[in-house]
Amino acid sequence: MVKRDLVVVGGGPAGMAAVIAAHENGIRDILLIERDQYLGGLLNQCIHTGFGLDYFGELLTGPEYADRFIKKIRAIPDIEVSTRSFAVRLTGDRTLTYLKPGGIFTVRPKALIMATGCRERTREMIHIPGTRPAGIFSAGLAQRLINIEGLLPGKEAVIIGSGDIGLIMARRFILEGAKVKAIVEIQAKTRGLTRNVVQCVEDFGIPIYFNHKVLKIYGKNRVEKVTVAEVDEGMNEIAGTRTTIECDTVLVSVGLIPENELIEMAGVPIDKGMDSGIFVCGNSFKVYDYVDSVTSDSEKAGKLAAEYIKSAVS
Amino acid sequence: MIKKMTCIECPKGCTLSVDIENCKVAKVDGAKCPKGTAYAVSEAESPVRIFTATVMADGLNLKLVPVRTDKPIPKRDIFKAAEETGRMRIKAPLEAGDTIIENFLGLGVKLVATREATRLTGR
Repeated sequence: MVKRDLVVVGGGPAGMAAVIAAHENGIRDILLIERDQYLGGLLNQCIHTGFGLDYFGELLTGPEYADRFIKKIRAIPDIEVSTRSFAVRLTGDRTLTYLKPGGIFTVRPKALIMATGCRERTREMIHIPGTRPAGIFSAGLAQRLINIEGLLPGKEAVIIGSGDIGLIMARRFILEGAKVKAIVEIQAKTRGLTRNVVQCVEDFGIPIYFNHKVLKIYGKNRVEKVTVAEVDEGMNEIAGTRTTIECDTVLVSVGLIPENELIEMAGVPIDKGMDSGIFVCGNSFKVYDYVDSVTSDSEKAGKLAAEYIKSAVS
Repeated sequence: MIKKMTCIECPKGCTLSVDIENCKVAKVDGAKCPKGTAYAVSEAESPVRIFTATVMADGLNLKLVPVRTDKPIPKRDIFKAAEETGRMRIKAPLEAGDTIIENFLGLGVKLVATREATRLTGR
């Protein structure tokens, strides 16, 4: 087992800000673990603008925002970056096990920062009945397929929910030559930012239906259609409002959940983590609206972890 | 004529009330900063957007290189821009911020890479 001063799990905006802040606060023996091949996390697939206004005073795309931190980390030799490394086990005494090409490794740092991000809520979580054909994607997965892998998930999409990723994907589908037949939001207003409704939906004349829900998804091998109806205040179907929309793709954009499986595995309540040298920051702590706030808050986590390491009896 | 619009300059999304006379903006209410007033004038008289997309890469570590225009382009040219980036190929390594096209579609804006792409090395 290797000993370290600080290990940070997750090389997205939170983890990158945390390692830089920890280094600035005097920590020199740092390991940053990232499961992807590159640092940057979700920012790499967020090719649209909207990042950095608060933190840098500039309007940046996701990859540009990430690039500034990646370059900073590269310039600090004390920070060892281990990509293609997947954390699989954590115990309450901060023993972390991770897999990477070539083997399975264990490390026990004086402090650990978990910056593992969040996951998308799924179709199953919102209980949409119907079949399970190909063509149903979470919005963020579709974003990765289009912007990173260069694959178009479908030609005619219906988007369930109006979260920001869903709105942004509506525009991406249109610009990549696909159709967006409808955005169906069960609530009376968007879950995303109004600016995204303006520049991603209204700009392209995409129909957005509030107070509506998808009742059922149809299709044998591939999605064929969905049924949609208006809902009342109790979110129940209003009789006589049912319509059918033909489509080959359904995108689900209904919110995000912090990813905390490893901390649960360790049996450490998040609010008690600081006593045992386990810190949590970024979307794995709470789901943020703006990456700029993730950066600022994660810098605090890096500083607190540095203080913990320095005060710990070694 | 008073037109309501939502400012998209920053995530605050101010609701702007724009007084338009003869296709020109006479007065803007509701903007919490000067950017909002400028946005209202531009949006009412000649709307523009920053264009972002991806370009296929050839022989580089990324399949796609994300790109943007350095300045906003007219909204009506967005589809033309998307067709153009769909046709392009990038073969040379790039840094984030490198210019790919100096005068994109003759619009007086640069098309720049937003992510580093390096030459593909055999593993």
